[in-house]
Order: sequence, then structure tokens, then C-alpha cells
Amino acid sequence: MPRQPVRTNRRSVDDRYGLARRVTLPGPLRLDGGGTLGPIDIAYETYGELAADGGNAILICHALTGDQHVASAHPRTGKPGWWTRLVGPGKPIDPARHFVICSNVLGSCMGSTGPASIDPSTGQPWGMRFPVITIRDMVRAQALLLDHLGVGRLMAVVGGSMGGMQALSWPATFPERVAAAVVIASTARHSAQNIAFHEVGRQAIMADPNWQGGEYHRGDPPSAGLAVARMAAHITYLSEAGLTEKFGRKLQARANQPEGAKGFGFDADFQVESYLRHQGLSFVDRFDANSYLYITRALDYFDLAEEHGGLLANAFRATAARFCLVSFDTDWLYPTADSRTIVHALNAAGRAVSFVELSSPYGHDAFLLDSPELNRVVDGFLRGGR
Amino acid sequence: MLDVGCGDGALMASLRDERGADVRGLEIDPTNVAAAVARGLAAVQGDADVDLEGYPDASFDYAILSQTLQTTRNPHLVLDELLRIGRRAIVSFPNFAHWRVRLSLLWGGRMPVTSLLPEEWYDTPNIHHVTIDDFRAFLNKRGVAVEEAWFLARGTRRAAAGANLLAEHAVFLLHREEL
Repeated sequence: MPRQPVRTNRRSVDDRYGLARRVTLPGPLRLDGGGTLGPIDIAYETYGELAADGGNAILICHALTGDQHVASAHPRTGKPGWWTRLVGPGKPIDPARHFVICSNVLGSCMGSTGPASIDPSTGQPWGMRFPVITIRDMVRAQALLLDHLGVGRLMAVVGGSMGGMQALSWPATFPERVAAAVVIASTARHSAQNIAFHEVGRQAIMADPNWQGGEYHRGDPPSAGLAVARMAAHITYLSEAGLTEKFGRKLQARANQPEGAKGFGFDADFQVESYLRHQGLSFVDRFDANSYLYITRALDYFDLAEEHGGLLANAFRATAARFCLVSFDTDWLYPTADSRTIVHALNAAGRAVSFVELSSPYGHDAFLLDSPELNRVVDGFLRGGR
Repeated sequence: MLDVGCGDGALMASLRDERGADVRGLEIDPTNVAAAVARGLAAVQGDADVDLEGYPDASFDYAILSQTLQTTRNPHLVLDELLRIGRRAIVSFPNFAHWRVRLSLLWGGRMPVTSLLPEEWYDTPNIHHVTIDDFRAFLNKRGVAVEEAWFLARGTRRAAAGANLLAEHAVFLLHREEL
């Protein structure tokens, strides 16, 4: 995708639309945890043009550590957008046909208000004084952004992983404002195992002496803890078969040792160790540790059925939206059974639902990787709504 | 309508496009499901033997089981589910008592492989072969009423009399007795 998307005539003068936008919304946003937040900053991007009837708007929701640069080069790293396989010219979500919106979630650290933002009442970063937020709070913040953008009703909301939870929460929270939801590799509730992995990550961050109860903004951030958190989480995004295929028990090559010799020490000897360390280290440059605490908490609190009287089907009774769910057979973070639970609830609520389990060796991460079948399914589903 | 065993959605698409029906589908094969969804249809990957239980009672006007009954592990339970979910059920299946099938077994002494049943015994998805007379007796025993039945051979309709010998396909429109 070009750095500047095609922007023609009247919209080009409207600075609400385009790349790398940020808006301060007065709020106040009422939070699930009690209390309010506001004003709030939301960093976002839009591609394409909003149709005169407003009927072509698609909101893309990102995952835990994602950002708003879904299909444009990252302004700092220059890396292509994180979902260019699905979003872009000739793709199922195409700026030539759709008005595409992607915003950084509330609580994150890519430009939207989060624990690293300045608390206006103290002039200091929020740190752990930032309120605990939920997936539904993120969705409510997105709704405020849509108000700002003049988008009344979404043609579709699309997301994978945590983005899929937002895509589920959207029609449950704003039944009239969304016509279709695409929920990929996601779940309607965090399981005990999901929570357990997150708790390992949070404890790693909090055990880092640099964390300082979240007040690390004047000193060094808790990078070691955050890296360990990322390493643990990263394992859950891959499959055992994928790891075996990629690394097996292969050892790192060393300068002064014969090929395949063990180091008999605690450096990264196995290739998989080196890979994970790299994943951890490269993550700390781009992510705020407190944001990681808050967003993982929001994920752990997510239980859509609980928000609707304990019955998941109730979450979908008020909306007329169509749903499309996709799972991957090697995803053990949010396995196919999680998607099937949602499908059964949607059937019980009488909603139109499509669901397919796709085959991939790559585990949970498969939703971000090349999958012609995923593209066909999403394309057909989005076109089917006309 | 619910099309159980909807394949790539060909029947669903024609019901939608020609009759304006609101059709949902259930299909076990993921490639078929992807093809149906790519046609813009609401198709769900699932197994008729286990995934019908999520649908509420009488949530469809018609539950269709087209050429699928003979592939299920528990045809009797699947039929019960169809008649629970749909106010009416439409069930079609290849007739295993058609004379070609009978001849093939009688003279050849081998499991029939015909144009309608093209697979060999070891790789056929048809694990519960059924004849028209079997199905009638089965409906009778389970208190299911036949509203209408169609018998087909070489694309044309056949009389109900002698259908068990002469029809290649049977289509039944069913409802529960108490309806």
C-alpha cells in the first residue's frame, strides 16, 4: 500500500480522515469498572472514502499489542501494516470500495490514552492510577471516534484475537450500529489457561525492580520483565508442530565451536531460545509495560456471556448483525471449540452466522499470515451483505 | 430454512436467488464451507450428528437433509433433531433398493458401485444405506407423518407404487404427527 492512500476531492480537505490521525474526544467515557475517563485521545487511520450514504464503513480492531497502522507503513519503523494481507488494494477490505477505520485501543501506547499518557489532574503519567478498562470500554471509545468521523453505522467490524473480541462486543454493545461482524481466531471469554499465561507475564513485569509500582517514567522501564512476558505469550501464539518444524532441537551456531556442539552453559543454546529472546527484546522497544498490564487485564476480564446475564445467546438477541467466525485448527490459545461456542449461541439467538475452521500449521498467529482461504471467506462474507 | 449437509451451497444459493428464502447451512467439509461462505451464504462448519443441538426448537420453517441421511452415524437421532428444529423436514436419499443396485449385488456379488453410489465400499461416505421401504417403516415407527413424497429416476418423477424398485432417489416432506 502506498504511504498516502488515494484521497480524492471533497474529503481530502477534511483532516479527520487519513493516515496517522489523532483526536482528543471530550468524553467523558463511562467505564465498566466504575468512574469515567475524559478527555481521551484516540490515534487512528482511515483509508478510502466514506460513501454518501455512509454504508461502506469498516472498522478494523487490532490485537493485544497491535496498532492503528493496519495497512500503511509504520511511521517510525517503516514496516508495512500488520494486516496488508487482508486490507489494501485488491484485498477483501479495499480502500477503493470501503471506508476503512483502525484505531489504537484505549489503554494502549501507540497514541491513544493509556497508562503512559499524562493524567491531566496531576500533570504526571497515569501509571497504575489509570483505571482498569475492559474490552467493552475499548469499544465504547471506538464508538466515540465513529461519532467524530460521522459514521453512524458500520458495514462491518473485523478483528482477530483481541480484535475479534471487540468485533463480538460491538454488536452486543451497539446492536443498531453494526451490520456484520468478522471474528477471527477469537473467543467469547478468557479461559483459566488464558488468564494463567497472562498472569505469568504480569508477574514478570511487576517482579522487575525497574517497574517501581508502575512509576518508571523517570528511570529505566522494566524491560527484562516485559521481555519475559512477551516470551511466555509468544509461545501461546505458535503451535508445537510449528515450533518443532522451525527449530526442533537445533542448536545455535557458535564461532569457536564445532557445528551442533552444546555450549554447556546458560546462554541461548537452542535456536528456539534465541528466537524467543529476540521476540522479547524487540518487543520492549515498542511497547509500554503498564499498557501490557492493563490490556492483558481487559482480556482476562472479558466474558461476553457474563455481561449478558450469563447466557451468551443473550448478547446477540438485540442485534440483526450477520456474523462470520473463523478459527484455525492448530490455535490452542483460542481453539476452535471457543468459536463453536459462539456459533451455537448465535444459532440459539437466530442470527445469520458463517463459521469455518481453517487448517494451518502456525497456531494462533495464522490469522495474521498468508491464507488465501481466509481471504476468500472474508471477501464472500462481506459481499454477501449487500 | 436450514440446509443440513449443504455442501458448497449450490442448493442454498438457488433457494436464496430464485425463491428469496432466508437459508442457513451446516456442512462438515471445511473446503465446502469456505466455498459456500465465499458465495455470501451463511454456512457453518459442523457435524449433523453433534452440531444440531445448538439450534432452538422450531427455529426454521424447513430443515433440509439432502443426500446426507445415509452418511450420518445416527440417522434416527439426526431425523429427531431435524423435526425438532424445523416445523417441517425435507429428507432426500439415494434408494438402495433400486433395481440396478439389486442386480449389481445379486449378479456381481459385489457392493454396488453405480453412478449414484460411485464410491467403493471402503471409501464411501454412505455408511447407513437405506431403501424407500426401510425409510417408510422407520417413519412409521417414530411417529413421523409424510406430507408428500417424490420419487425420481433419471430425472423424472415416478409413481409411489413400485418406487422401492424403480426410483433412484426419494424426497420426503415430513412433520411430527402432532402437528
